[in-house]
Amino acid sequence: MFKHGLILCLFCLGFGLLLAVTDEITVDNIAARAIEDKQNSLSQVLPDELHDNNPVTDTLTLANAEGRELTVYRARKNGLVTGVAYEIFGTGYAGEIKLMMGIAADGKLLGVRVLAHKETPGLGDKIEAKKGPWIERFTGLSLGNPPLERWKVKKDGGDFDQFAGATITPRGVMAAIRGGLEFFAENKSTLTKGD
Amino acid sequence: MANSDYKTIVKDGLWDNNGVFSMLLGMCPCMAMTTSATNGFGMGLATAVVMAASSYLVAVFRNRITTEVRIPVYILIVAAMVTVVDLGMNAWMHELYKVLGLFIPLIVSNCLPLARLEAFAAKQSPTPAFLDGLFMGLGFTIALTAIGAVREIIGSGTLFADASLLLGPSFKVIEMRLLPADMGVLMMILPPGGFIVTGLLVVGKRLMDLAAGKEIQMAGAHAL
Repeated sequence: MFKHGLILCLFCLGFGLLLAVTDEITVDNIAARAIEDKQNSLSQVLPDELHDNNPVTDTLTLANAEGRELTVYRARKNGLVTGVAYEIFGTGYAGEIKLMMGIAADGKLLGVRVLAHKETPGLGDKIEAKKGPWIERFTGLSLGNPPLERWKVKKDGGDFDQFAGATITPRGVMAAIRGGLEFFAENKSTLTKGD
Repeated sequence: MANSDYKTIVKDGLWDNNGVFSMLLGMCPCMAMTTSATNGFGMGLATAVVMAASSYLVAVFRNRITTEVRIPVYILIVAAMVTVVDLGMNAWMHELYKVLGLFIPLIVSNCLPLARLEAFAAKQSPTPAFLDGLFMGLGFTIALTAIGAVREIIGSGTLFADASLLLGPSFKVIEMRLLPADMGVLMMILPPGGFIVTGLLVVGKRLMDLAAGKEIQMAGAHAL
């Protein structure tokens, strides 16, 4: 009995050590990759010409209306905040849709990109920039353009197309973007103050 | 070990005793990851690496592992290898990791590695055990790529889409569009398509074996 326990224990110790070593070797690389990923998704919603700083490291933490802590990435030129980007969350057909939204200091949308979703392939996944132009439609719009009550899919009386066979997905994305715009409106002074 | 035995290991792994088409093992990643040929191929390769490494280790320690604790030790070894592959891919093959990352941990729940550890590696010396793990894994890769290819062609009309993300930009040439996008049968990409295609391919493989006059291997006969 004791012998078996000891053998199992030694194997756990040995492989535990192996995992610790592997983690030690890879940890820096993985952290660097995570920053690159963040940079890639940020560069799609914060155009290069808007900033001379690195938005990945210029952050601010703020709670949204639901009390969720958001990391806000700031784009600056000559020290002045020209735009901010943060994650927004929508409820889709199959769970949460995570998006990154970039917004200029004047409240105009710089761009929205989907970071992660579990929507149906072929139907709901047209919200991805590589699967269709739908998500580009929002660039340049703001909270008053179109008016707030028209920030919905056409089926709900708004201005934006839904997809054939998938209304819940774009509806969830729309709600997330509207929420993101309202978040900006409420916190505009904090977000654009610059420190 | 004689050369003919190595040949048997290779043939068993790739075709005769194929993990998916003959033993019907590893169905979980097999259904989840075969929405495209590229995904199936990547998942298969990751599984092959884990299987070769864990088979080798089990064979090395086979005289130290007592019967009573062998199952926890096997699971420990497979899980450790999966974690090493997971961390290594995240660090050094990050593009691939973004495609497959979610599914790498699924390898632990794949019963094919465990079945081969128990049925083969535990009784063999390291070299044949390593080869068995490797070729069983490659057979799994072939099966997943085949299922993925059929589902992808019928479901989205493409073949090897995004292969350049997995294998590097030079593989852009194998990305093909065979049917117009709106002709895709969505069901084939959804879970039912996985079951239907796998079933049909299992039948297809058996018909080929029958035509070749081979005796059909019973599903799972060599497994746990």
